[in-house]
Amino acid sequence: MTGADPERVSQEALARVVRDHAGRLAASLVSLLGDFSAAEDLVQDAVETALRRWPVEGVPDRPDAWLFTVARRRGLDVLRRETNYRAKLAQLTWVEPAQKDDRLQLIFTCCHPALSLEARIALTLRVVCGLSTAQIAAAFLVPETTVAQRLTRAKRKITEAGIPYRIPDGDDLSERLDGVLAVIYLLFNEGYLSSGGARAQARDLVDDAEWLASLLAGLMPDEPEVAGLLALIRLHRARGAARFDDREQLVLLADQDRGRWDHAAIGAAIALLMRAARAHRRPGPYQLQAAIAACHAEAESFESTDWPQIVVLYDMLLHLAPSPITRLHRAIALRYAVSPEAALDELKDLDRALENYPLLHATRADLLRALRRNHEARECDERALALTANPAQQALLEKRLSW
Amino acid sequence: MKYVLMFVETEEFAKELEAMGALEREDAYAAVGRWFAENATKITHHTHLAPVHTATTMRLRRGEEPVVTDGPFVEGKEVVTGFAEVEVADLDEALKMARSWPACPIVEIRPAS
Repeated sequence: MTGADPERVSQEALARVVRDHAGRLAASLVSLLGDFSAAEDLVQDAVETALRRWPVEGVPDRPDAWLFTVARRRGLDVLRRETNYRAKLAQLTWVEPAQKDDRLQLIFTCCHPALSLEARIALTLRVVCGLSTAQIAAAFLVPETTVAQRLTRAKRKITEAGIPYRIPDGDDLSERLDGVLAVIYLLFNEGYLSSGGARAQARDLVDDAEWLASLLAGLMPDEPEVAGLLALIRLHRARGAARFDDREQLVLLADQDRGRWDHAAIGAAIALLMRAARAHRRPGPYQLQAAIAACHAEAESFESTDWPQIVVLYDMLLHLAPSPITRLHRAIALRYAVSPEAALDELKDLDRALENYPLLHATRADLLRALRRNHEARECDERALALTANPAQQALLEKRLSW
Repeated sequence: MKYVLMFVETEEFAKELEAMGALEREDAYAAVGRWFAENATKITHHTHLAPVHTATTMRLRRGEEPVVTDGPFVEGKEVVTGFAEVEVADLDEALKMARSWPACPIVEIRPAS
């Protein structure tokens, strides 16, 4: 999309190295100290030191050992008064990371429902992915102090309210897993089309979301919904190159150059989805959404898309997870499977629930235009434009209005 | 850790309770009794409060006479009806207890010392 920028490439490489090791270090330090907050502070210090020094000194051969050494030294320094922690840290020497990956516990703690959703997202990015406060603030376009406060409050709640550092047992697991998946999905959505951003696409968050989903899929291989979410994210990313034109303008699915889609990635994501679906036969919302994305990704052209199949998948999805937004998407599929009139009819019930949702008005505008009711269509486009904060969406709607 | 579970009643719930026949109400009370029995090892103390119309609130003001008013400290549709102090490992365990609470629809969980 943009030209190669050596500074940015090295930042990305740096982010990748940090992400691969920060969570593991956090997991082992939480286990060791028994204090989530203290452990997290040490890891964050080490990460920030790395982000400062590695661009100058180069990434060390053993980044994990390097981060550990910095965190340990820092711990001995700042935890001077807490002799209990000091003694534990002093005894500790670097050993090869254990076979067992403790990051699952870390994820469940960060995504605990007793924390606010914003806190869960910030905490997951910071503790599991190793993002710095500044990086999180930049990704969400909020002041750094806001993120810092959110994190401090969340860590205090973890300690003081006794939020456990463990994987939930039996009965609670599936519900809590839904919560974890929701955090990753939100992160993905935010990155895929950040609604309040000056940049239409915050690529890093999408990358983090995929990385988290893939980590989770490795740690919980028997949960088909995890594989479903991972496949969903990968299917969307595989079409990424065609979503924006040279001038960073959003290109609608119907107009995308399908030759620019990553067909190898699409094939791999569909294979992943099919394996999970066949092995477990437990359909869920993420698997269904991935199946819908797969229908689009497999179609050779917009016209040859299997719309009736997509309508059926939306019906199943609505059965499992009723939502007005899903009904809106089903209506869009219905337009091509049946007719614009049928779709328009479906939108009637959604006015109250989605009054302030720009896509409802943009969709209605599209349908009205298909029915040559141009004057009404224009009014809907104007409503949609007034409601969206996303620059790429705004540009698209403005283009329509200027016709 | 020690937590206090605060049982909070809503207006709707109070009405439902009122509308119940004698047998039904007996069942509802029995369910609460069973919950306390099942969790007896974790509950260190519990209190059931008299109905909210019996409440009196005193507001202490620096340097002035306190103001005494009829009613609870916040007028609202949700009122605290009782407490249980529990001793459990962590928040998840407290949440698990609250999940099986068979009566009023809101439970606030707070660490206590």
